[in-house]
Amino acid sequence: MLNKAREHRASATAAGRLNTGIAPYTGTFTAEQLRHLLRRTLFGYTKNEFDAFKGMTASQVVDLLLTTPSTAPAPPVNNYNSGNYTDPNVPAGSTWVNASFTDGTANALRTFSLKSWWMGLILNQDTNILEKMVLFWHNHFATEMDIVGDARYNYLTNAMLRKDAMGNVKTLVKDVTRDAGMLVYLNGYLNSKNAPDENYARELQELFTVGKGPNSKYTEDDVKAVARVLTGWRINRLSAPASAVYFDPTRHDTANKTLSAFYGTNAVIAGRSGTNAGNDELNDLVDLLFAQRETALHICRKLYRFFVYYDIDAQAENDVIAPLADTFINSGFEIKPVLSQLLKSEHFFDSLNQGCMIKSPLDHIVGFLRQWKVAFPTSSNIPAQYGMWNDARAFCQLQGMDLGDPPSVAGWPAWYQVPSYYQLWINSDTFPKRNQFQDLLISTGYTSRSGKIIADVYTFAQQFPNPENADKLLDDSIKLLLPIPPDATMRALLKANLLPGGIPDFNWTDEWNQYKNNPGNSLFKNIVYTKLIMLYKSIMNLAEYQLS
Amino acid sequence: MKRRNFLRNTAAAGAVLPLSIADLKFRAYGPNSVLASLARAAAQTDRVLVLIQLNGGNDGLNTLIPLDQYSNLSKARQNVLIPDNKVLGLNGKPATGLHPAMTGLQGLYNDGLVSAVQNVGYPSPNFSHFRSMDIWMSASDSNETYTTGWVGRYLDNVFPGYPTGYPTTAMPDPLAIQIGSGVSLAFMGENMNLAMAITDPSSFYNLVTGSTGTAPNTPAGRELTYVRTIAQQTQQYGTAIKNAADKGKNLATYPTGNRLADQLKIVARLIHGGLKTPVYMVTQGGYDTHSQQVDAADTTKGAHATLLQQLSDAIKAFQDDLTRLEVQDRVAGMTFSEFGRRVMSNFSTGTDHGAAAPLFVFGTKVNPGIIGNNPVIASTVTVGDNVPMDFDFRQVYATVLKDWFEMNDAEVRAAMGGKTFQTLPIFKGGSTRIEDFTDLFARLSMRDPYPNPAREQTTVSFFTDGGQVSMYLYDAMGVRIRTLASGKHRGGNHDVQVDLSGLRPGNYFVQLEQGTQRITRMLFVQ
Repeated sequence: MLNKAREHRASATAAGRLNTGIAPYTGTFTAEQLRHLLRRTLFGYTKNEFDAFKGMTASQVVDLLLTTPSTAPAPPVNNYNSGNYTDPNVPAGSTWVNASFTDGTANALRTFSLKSWWMGLILNQDTNILEKMVLFWHNHFATEMDIVGDARYNYLTNAMLRKDAMGNVKTLVKDVTRDAGMLVYLNGYLNSKNAPDENYARELQELFTVGKGPNSKYTEDDVKAVARVLTGWRINRLSAPASAVYFDPTRHDTANKTLSAFYGTNAVIAGRSGTNAGNDELNDLVDLLFAQRETALHICRKLYRFFVYYDIDAQAENDVIAPLADTFINSGFEIKPVLSQLLKSEHFFDSLNQGCMIKSPLDHIVGFLRQWKVAFPTSSNIPAQYGMWNDARAFCQLQGMDLGDPPSVAGWPAWYQVPSYYQLWINSDTFPKRNQFQDLLISTGYTSRSGKIIADVYTFAQQFPNPENADKLLDDSIKLLLPIPPDATMRALLKANLLPGGIPDFNWTDEWNQYKNNPGNSLFKNIVYTKLIMLYKSIMNLAEYQLS
Repeated sequence: MKRRNFLRNTAAAGAVLPLSIADLKFRAYGPNSVLASLARAAAQTDRVLVLIQLNGGNDGLNTLIPLDQYSNLSKARQNVLIPDNKVLGLNGKPATGLHPAMTGLQGLYNDGLVSAVQNVGYPSPNFSHFRSMDIWMSASDSNETYTTGWVGRYLDNVFPGYPTGYPTTAMPDPLAIQIGSGVSLAFMGENMNLAMAITDPSSFYNLVTGSTGTAPNTPAGRELTYVRTIAQQTQQYGTAIKNAADKGKNLATYPTGNRLADQLKIVARLIHGGLKTPVYMVTQGGYDTHSQQVDAADTTKGAHATLLQQLSDAIKAFQDDLTRLEVQDRVAGMTFSEFGRRVMSNFSTGTDHGAAAPLFVFGTKVNPGIIGNNPVIASTVTVGDNVPMDFDFRQVYATVLKDWFEMNDAEVRAAMGGKTFQTLPIFKGGSTRIEDFTDLFARLSMRDPYPNPAREQTTVSFFTDGGQVSMYLYDAMGVRIRTLASGKHRGGNHDVQVDLSGLRPGNYFVQLEQGTQRITRMLFVQ
């Protein structure tokens, strides 16, 4: 046993994962490291995005990726008026987010509009981390649109996550607590002094702040006490959505709330009465939650699992999570300094942290559509544009990720479920679906009533400097598509797609040039397309393609 | 890839408690007995277990309703209470009934096809969905973390070394199938998750043969190996599943608009189609009924009623199908949920996270009836009060493994994390006799504590026909806080003086145990 333990330690050291900490990475910033950074912070990256960053330092690139727009995107619009249904309160092409509820049909259609719109924002993301962070917070402060049941509230939740995504997390927790969507989702709006509803109070501690780490020792009585702190928040369904949430002091428990010793000696939230009681007690509560180091540790661990790897060993805990938590605490709980420190660290760029993430369905689908620069219907045809965004979203749903409707308040199990984590994305049901999607898009394309989307293999190949050179085309394609290169045997098999039976390389050069010089010749075109489709199908069918 | 080492790495500070089941070397069969295991596996794959997961925490008190507790129940949960004249009767059980939406299950019960187990939970209940579900899936103690699942450990034992060398002639089919796009921790084995996820058994995408070359010994290499293995298995088993789906039929009419029924329909078809897979899992979500569990105007309607109706209708159709397909004697089904719900309802016509709850095992081979007594509800219930457990959920698992899958005691112990659990008389001809549970009061009885309510001290009197007897004190949350008696007792009456000093005022439970029998009484400490 002793020998085994020693061997284990020795191999771990030799493997190097134990050597890198949170110190800034100062070595040469390689192309591979830039690709790694882009894969983790964007949903896929294009060759143009990669080229634009070439020559910069890691620090410069991270700073740019963390620079996110301060203006909110235009809200989703009515894409759903049709021969079958017309929303009497919202003209086609106008936004529905401030309109009245109308009816269940309108709400269902608006929910699809909202999900489509969100998918559109992710597909059309600028080259920065914002969309990844919106997803991070959606997974962290998870709500289910289906259960909330009002698309207008769900929009507000999304808008709030966007607004706070790169900002102060204490502010975010307060905003989440008073968010209409969250109040409905975890019954906060029904929580009153006569019969406290503990749903939100529990998840606020277990999932959102102090977490369930080994030193998080909040008690069942704390759940009950925090539920009492949060009594009195209500929703007026008849108000405009943005002003639907209000505080009813008559439903608020005005007594002092005593918390367990985990929150410090004599941790008492003074009971208040009157119209500001809800906000005042919430402020005290959030102060108390964030005064526990466990909160900073919990959120930093989740960031780590989202951006680096799921396996937090003792070294990562001590050398990465702990100093990140210090940064988080010292900054007054701003998220940006934490992200900056993590993404610039030698640990993040450690070669052993590269390629070890299994893509989420969103990473897979959006990453594909962005890397292949697949053209979508434009805003000149809103039903088609939203419709195709919704189709892309539905592909993610088929793979087990329904954006806006995570399986529970804990988010998607791939980001928390011990011991499998990301592996939960891939199984005998989802893996074939991933391949099927790729194969379809690069061959016939996908057609629905919203039109057609296709990944053009010739255009893709053409973006590289020497597509007529089989070796260069293969290597450039592999670098863009795979996080770890295939071995020599597999590389040879891939190359054989262009040059079957070991025929000399100039054959491919001839074939490429023939078509390039005679784009109207369908015979030449067929040869090139058939070979390229087989090549890219083979590359993307490799298990490596599922990694990030 | 050495999953074993990998798991040890994962057991890190801040993540998991250091106990990994993989370290414990429970395996009863060594690598040399692979052939013996395979032979046994072939003989065993005849039997099928279908697990029905009720996600969110099912309200047991409104599912299997204790009619003899009605006046106290009506005080504790007036706004969600089902009117007693609407409760569905069960043959021979005047004190217990089913939710009015569960006519399907009532029919099965009255036909002798259901064994209900009362008050199933575990000591020191955890009220987190996620933690509690992990406990149920992994069959750990409340304060332990296992990285393998209980079904995974069972299957690892019967099919050692999986996935290396599989499929085999003896076991050409998946070891487990989960209907849906995900696989449960329950199927996590030592090397990998042993279940296939399927949504449509009749079509499988033709995958290109993936590379099975070497992968680097790095985190990326691990994930690469994982994806490759899944690709390979999908190819290998896809045809087997499709063939079974093509051959299999459904002969019963399943309810429409019922996702659970859709899933069970696939299971029946695959079983009939000849798939040798021994374990299936299907899932029904939505049981986290914090609010609007019932319609305020009619408590027999609402979200919970809809769920229970779907559950009950789906099970009924499935069981009918199995019978028409003539495979009914090979299949047993079992429901489970991560916890029950609180005795006291909340203001939102819902119930918060609770502890023990009943579960149902069904099939032609179960001992029909109810195992255990109705839960005892206090006359004054406070917000934190729970139904205490009478049976550990691992007793049910151990029973399934021993009496349904015919594992020996050492194997059952291994699958149960090295612990021994008394089996229950769930199956006909099983290792425990139903008589031990039915003539309970002739052999063991307990009076109410006196005084009750009590301060400082109370006395509990019990009768036993002799043997090993234990008595425990549980708090209202269901946490065992004291052992009041333990050891061999002669036949006759016994008095136990209970020291109550230092206890906070509130409801407590005194539980008496002898062998498989449990009796619970309420105690209020002032």
